[in-house]
Amino acid sequence: MATPIEERGYAHPDALVSTDWVEQHLNDPKVRVVESNEDTLLYSSGHVPGAVHVDWTTDLNDQVRRDYITREGFEALMSKIGAANDTTVVFYGDKNNWWACYAFWVFQLFGHTNAKVMDGGRLKWEKEKRATSRDVPSYPKTSYKAKERTDAPHRAFRDEVLAHQKKQGQLVDVRSPEEYAGTRMHMPDYPNEGALRGGHIPGAKSVPWARAINPDEGTFKSAAELKKLYLEDNKLSPDQDTIAYCRIGERSSHTWFALKYLLGFKNIRNYDGSWTEWGNTVGVPIEK
Amino acid sequence: MPDKLQQLTDMFQTFDPADRTDLLLSYADQFKEVPPEIATRPFAKSHQIPQCESDAYVWANRYDDGTMKLYFAVENPSGISAKALAAILDKTLSGLPASEIATVNCDIVEKIFRQNISMGKGMGLMAMVQAVQALAKSASNPRSPIPDP
Repeated sequence: MATPIEERGYAHPDALVSTDWVEQHLNDPKVRVVESNEDTLLYSSGHVPGAVHVDWTTDLNDQVRRDYITREGFEALMSKIGAANDTTVVFYGDKNNWWACYAFWVFQLFGHTNAKVMDGGRLKWEKEKRATSRDVPSYPKTSYKAKERTDAPHRAFRDEVLAHQKKQGQLVDVRSPEEYAGTRMHMPDYPNEGALRGGHIPGAKSVPWARAINPDEGTFKSAAELKKLYLEDNKLSPDQDTIAYCRIGERSSHTWFALKYLLGFKNIRNYDGSWTEWGNTVGVPIEK
Repeated sequence: MPDKLQQLTDMFQTFDPADRTDLLLSYADQFKEVPPEIATRPFAKSHQIPQCESDAYVWANRYDDGTMKLYFAVENPSGISAKALAAILDKTLSGLPASEIATVNCDIVEKIFRQNISMGKGMGLMAMVQAVQALAKSASNPRSPIPDP
């Protein structure tokens, strides 16, 4: 059983809540629980009672350009899920909260800081045999007022990554060792998600994202364990500007969350263009 | 493509996203795990479907009349899609001659799941279809033993 969140030594423990906490707040009108998964069938198959579904492709991404939704789109999404500006939004999902962290990250682009991740996600909730429901809840629409999307503090773009790399800034490649080494580049039959070149951004440290997790229950490791992994073993400094990337910025949003909230990295950004942009860009440096 | 599977695939294509999700869930609910007379835990790794994140396994029984019965196990409790596809493959293919099952095509994954497919899941689901196809191809040659997937 995992140590209580507040005893794990995190820099910002308030960013995580336990499954107990969520169960105690299921009927709290100031809390909206949001499930985000890779497997879009999972929510419909049973979810935390009262939780709403936010899908990373249809709800968070622009449906034409490769970008995220606009301020108006975010306001419409928040209205649809019945979340007001003062609602505490709690994310959880499958795959060790991979997509939950991605949704959390997108919410930060709009400054909804009253957001948390349920430690352990679906896996822990299911293992603890807590109640699930197939009922899709309906909440009164809100008149959410969002700020304009502000990418700069949380999101890195290609040219910024290039400049960062040239000055030997900290980079974390959170993909699998095979992707980092360039021996695996794309998934068969998914050429649109592939890249023409394999390898990694020169200087990037390889720390696969799921190493931040206790695999048996999907909870985050303690600050001491995370410090050993990121600071000692991989020589990353919380005081230096850091950029995390993966393939399309989903796995790296999980690492972004761990470094920013659990280890207190002061300036950590997620490069969502990631390898599907870098590995297709003409002339950028690549290391194998 | 075997008729029953073709008809079901055609039906999925006419459904709107909500109905498609409901139908997939109903198949996932109908999923029956491999019975103990066929296989028990720990399942042999040789029956594990490669690339399937849901930790799925497949077995096939070939009968004297040339027909086959498929069996599956899905170890990941969140492997809803794998369970749905396993149930679909069993209900539409089991009982058919192996030579007919061998004509199954990976295209069905995209046609059945549509918006419910993403990322690595598609690869795993297609690997399930490929594993069934490989078993059927081998079984349709009566001299060859049924291979591991």
